[in-house]
Amino acid sequence: MTQIPVNTTGKKLGLVIDLDICVGCHACAVNCKEWNTGGHSAPLPDTDPFGENADGVWFNRVHTFECGDGADSRTVHFPRSCMHCEEPACVEVCPTGASYKRAEDGIVLVNEDICIGCKLCSWACPYGAREYDGDAGVMKKCTLCIDRIYNENLEEVDRVPACVSTCPVNARHFGDLGDPNSDVSRMVEDRGGYDLMPELQYAPVNKYLPPRPKSTGYEDDRPRQLKPIEPTVSGEDAGGLFRWLDKVLTR
Amino acid sequence: MHPAYSVIIFTTFSGAGYGLLFLMGLFAAGQWIEPDRWFGFTGFFLSFTMVVSGLLASTFHLGHPERAWRALSQWKSSWLSREGVLAIAGFVPFSLFAFGWVIYESHDGAWRLFAILTVLFAVLTVYATSMIYATLRTIRAWFNRHTVRIYLAFAIWTGSVWFNMLAHLFDLHTPGIGMIVVVTGVLALWLKRKYWVFLDTSPTWVPAESATGLGDLGKVRLLDAPNTQENYVQKEMGFSIARKHSVKLRRWAFFGYFLIPWLLAVGTVEAEPWLKIPAAILAVVVMMAGTMLERWLFFAEAKHTVNLYYGAQDS
Repeated sequence: MTQIPVNTTGKKLGLVIDLDICVGCHACAVNCKEWNTGGHSAPLPDTDPFGENADGVWFNRVHTFECGDGADSRTVHFPRSCMHCEEPACVEVCPTGASYKRAEDGIVLVNEDICIGCKLCSWACPYGAREYDGDAGVMKKCTLCIDRIYNENLEEVDRVPACVSTCPVNARHFGDLGDPNSDVSRMVEDRGGYDLMPELQYAPVNKYLPPRPKSTGYEDDRPRQLKPIEPTVSGEDAGGLFRWLDKVLTR
Repeated sequence: MHPAYSVIIFTTFSGAGYGLLFLMGLFAAGQWIEPDRWFGFTGFFLSFTMVVSGLLASTFHLGHPERAWRALSQWKSSWLSREGVLAIAGFVPFSLFAFGWVIYESHDGAWRLFAILTVLFAVLTVYATSMIYATLRTIRAWFNRHTVRIYLAFAIWTGSVWFNMLAHLFDLHTPGIGMIVVVTGVLALWLKRKYWVFLDTSPTWVPAESATGLGDLGKVRLLDAPNTQENYVQKEMGFSIARKHSVKLRRWAFFGYFLIPWLLAVGTVEAEPWLKIPAAILAVVVMMAGTMLERWLFFAEAKHTVNLYYGAQDS
């Protein structure tokens, strides 16, 4: 079972994350935790939640990076979760068959009933997508909200991963990246969507859309400089009553 | 990488156990050693204890040790599974080889075949262990051609120090054993030094710019981490104490895993029993401690790509 499926449907469900739009509000991470602590991998542990050593399993984490220097520098918010790789080393190294990649849609999952908690899959993942649940003694990871996307009890519009449904700026998109005509594939095509750490050759399905070039609003690219506001009234050039009052008061 | 003591103990002891079995098998297959009953018994007792306790230690860090048997199922794809299968299957030839040596005091005929199979399974099992590490592309310090060689060389070297101690205890005059100690010790030293040179000079494996894909915008720095306290990924993959003290720790390891035991074992080959037996035992003790430090460094010096998301600039 931990061999990578050969006969697939060609469907590659995944996420496209727009780094140009993400504002770093962490709502996707919070809603992910909220849904999944009651979902397929429930519960997600939280040890010492209000203390000094807060710890727990999160499937989605938002990092904030600073790129470049000076006036050209950018702040980029960067959500990170499982890439549902086409060549998932985490699945190949699993000794029990608990980690597997689904042939029908490419989602990478953990069967918690047979996981022995050896943690080798988390070593094999370059993206840090897998987090160990010390309470349950098993590995946990993003399920691409498998319990939402096929859930017929939900309205059709809600059959997307929790992170996608909650993003207030529409920076996260869900779809079939194996279909070149899907919205997500076209978005990747138009915006130059890319893989993280492509040199490691895990062929991640999730794609990231780069921040758009920065616009200064000036053709010559000079930094905008505002003119100081001229004082309208000052003691020196005021006349009449105010000049007299100024003299009296400054005495 | 966080150095888990259970894994360090496992790889050190099982490596030495397999090394000892390998050498006993090799010398028996070559008919270079007399099948002395008590020598055989002690040798098999020590090697079996080391291999079994190593295997048990490796289950200590599991979240569900009672499900460990499931790890035997994925031998088609997983090196960890292959290691488990080989470790258990190996006990068939090991036991038969031990049976012939201890009960019948024989290395002939079928018993010789089991000695050859013992050699084969000992090598294959250590090879499988090393491949668990050597196939992890996320860790440059492991994903290279040195890892397998070092695991095999250290198994034979540590096994030979035990073998040397047994030979002195039972007053066996087998000239080949001293030669094996000399050669495998130098081999382990040479390969480990080559590895450390590789580690210190290898260029950046994955740059921070590739982890985020934001290199076009300039140098990428972490401004704000997702979490204020360390999470599982940082605790497991983000160990950095060893890299800070690596020069000092490597020197201690060199004295422990190689120099002191090598001099003790080699220097007392022709000495009187009252000197060479304690020296050979001391060599084993120092060598095991040094090898555990070497193995600790193997983990602690290894950098995982995930740290690029938490502020590391290279991996």
